[in-house]
Amino acid sequence: MELTICWLYGRTMNIYGDRGNVLALAQRCRWRGIEARVIELGVGEPLEPGRCDIFFWGGGQDREQVAAARDLQGPKGEILRREIEEGAPLLAICGGYQLLGHYYRPHQGEPLPGLGVFDAWTEAGSRRMIGNVVVESEEFGELVGFENHSGRTFLGPQARPLGRVRVGWGNNGEDKTEGCRYRNAIGCYLHGPVLPKNPPLADFLIEAALRRRYGEVTLPPLDDTLERLAHASAVSRAHSAR
Amino acid sequence: MDPRLILAVGASRLSAAAIRRLGRGGGTALPGLLATLIDPGALGKLSRQLPGGCVVVAGTNGKTTTARMLATILEQAGHRVVHNRSGSNLVRGITAAFAEQSSLLGRVRGEIAVIEADEAAFPAVVRQTRPRIVLLLNLFRDQLDRYGELDTVARAWGEALRALPNESRVVVNVDDPTLAALTGELGGRRLAFGLAEQRVALDGLPHAADASVCRRCGTAFTYRAAFLSHLGDYRCPGCGFERPPLDVAASSITLEGLERLSFEVAVPGHDPWPVEVPLSGLYNAYNALAAVAASLALGVATEQIQSGLATMRAAFGRLERISYEGRSLVIVLIKNPTGLNEVVRMLASARVEAPLLVLINDLDADGRDVSWLWDADLEPLAGARFPVFTGGIRGADMALRLKYAGVPQERLRVLGDLPGALDAFVSELAPGQTGYILPTYTAMLALRRALAGRGVAPAFWQQ
Repeated sequence: MELTICWLYGRTMNIYGDRGNVLALAQRCRWRGIEARVIELGVGEPLEPGRCDIFFWGGGQDREQVAAARDLQGPKGEILRREIEEGAPLLAICGGYQLLGHYYRPHQGEPLPGLGVFDAWTEAGSRRMIGNVVVESEEFGELVGFENHSGRTFLGPQARPLGRVRVGWGNNGEDKTEGCRYRNAIGCYLHGPVLPKNPPLADFLIEAALRRRYGEVTLPPLDDTLERLAHASAVSRAHSAR
Repeated sequence: MDPRLILAVGASRLSAAAIRRLGRGGGTALPGLLATLIDPGALGKLSRQLPGGCVVVAGTNGKTTTARMLATILEQAGHRVVHNRSGSNLVRGITAAFAEQSSLLGRVRGEIAVIEADEAAFPAVVRQTRPRIVLLLNLFRDQLDRYGELDTVARAWGEALRALPNESRVVVNVDDPTLAALTGELGGRRLAFGLAEQRVALDGLPHAADASVCRRCGTAFTYRAAFLSHLGDYRCPGCGFERPPLDVAASSITLEGLERLSFEVAVPGHDPWPVEVPLSGLYNAYNALAAVAASLALGVATEQIQSGLATMRAAFGRLERISYEGRSLVIVLIKNPTGLNEVVRMLASARVEAPLLVLINDLDADGRDVSWLWDADLEPLAGARFPVFTGGIRGADMALRLKYAGVPQERLRVLGDLPGALDAFVSELAPGQTGYILPTYTAMLALRRALAGRGVAPAFWQQ
């Protein structure tokens, strides 16, 4: 079996170790004998329908976010939207997450249009929300990460949050929601990076990709001793020194 | 006489002495804080007394080592140098260093100052000291939770540079495209340095390369040579922005294991001349070249630069060697992905086959976000035969990073926090064996305390 991981804007939108998510997906495939290929898709590079099995999109600085938003106005954004509608697994963090909502409104200037995959929108805030985060998710259990954003994301009536914030700010620092879920897409503010320390999330994406390509599959378990240790130490750190 | 300044200097010196007597560490933060509370302009008043002016050294990596090199060169040349040697590089720490070297009447005893400034404190330090020379080393991604995005730091630096007095010169590493762009309008006031050496170029840009996109037009740079992270000989295919001509260049760079490095200094119109430094790693070649360029800007003679660099000692925790219980410990501070990459590159190129202990803390001074471990390229360690231990508050995160870099799980061990991690690591070393310890900043302080408690290393403020 083999999977192609598409790293959206890997060169320009890769901040706070987001690249670790790509490493986690690729290694957890390889350790199970699944061949994993990673391709980076930058600004101006076309997306071929059906070529990629998992999408990852990280965070970036403002300038790079504008370039990506512009790049997705047109056929490329349309193809990505259709892939997600058809069940392609996707993980988007921070800046990428924001651009999957309806729009991102900066302090100055016009709002940046998003893909509208999530019924959510983001407003630039004045306070930077920084620190360890613990989230309780019904689907994936306890998730831990590190947030660092000033954008405040609000969920619309159609949106389902990824989970409830136990420690930290979450989507907007007000309503205790964190992230957003739609079909097999996940958007959230969890850097850290999130996948290595939260293997159920990584395996969800891999399994969804395999099902889509190969039909019914069950993932063999891996030895996650170190993953659990790092998860537990990050959670205890979040509780003691937020 | 300035009564307020006298009071500020007195308070700083008295509190520093008291703290030292109590054995509470180097005593730079609180004394400096007192001084700045009593006289917010103290740093400006003290620094501007110096006949030789101030050199302010800034950059993400290499500040402490470079400032130390420059101070050593100037001391060898017979100058009395004021220098924040302990690496306390915020306005308060710098003020305390000046107070420490002043008379009780607020007169500074020195001719010239070499000041290392924190990235965020740089604009304030420059505003107060009105430096004769600003030495800019590099801008990497480092502790973004503290400093904000790289763009924000670059913008603040740009404003500080524009406000410099007309007679100030800026000595700058133009292998860093961000710094080259920031200093592009200084004309003859800029002294550009960089590497002219294809042999030390990397095969490609490492993952932690931060500024590989042109600030002017957003196009990705092409590199004729990439030396270290995003530092190199670059060109923007979009707008034509490229590395400016070098006023001072290093060529024929030789890196000899962990012991020493050498290169030739080339200044257009002059014969090249050699320097040798008892430190290793390409990043130290950059640091030495920076110190050379600043010395030349100050008018120091070639021979004095050569002899100053030759007597350089490693700064606190920068490839420092310590004997302990019949074992040899080499301590290398790691602060950010680029620094960690270079340490890994140095260990690999010196073919070091020795146990490794990586200590990761996430306190304020380390950066509370440990995600930077995933921006570093640790994959060269995957094939190593030696065991890798991790420790510190976030030692488990480091072990996990190494696992995903391909280090087999059976060669990884999480040892917990200091001082226990030190004892466990040392007990794994055979008598006579060398072990490498890579701590983050506060882990290094904790390591120092643990070693000092066992009667080993001198406390850092005595260095």
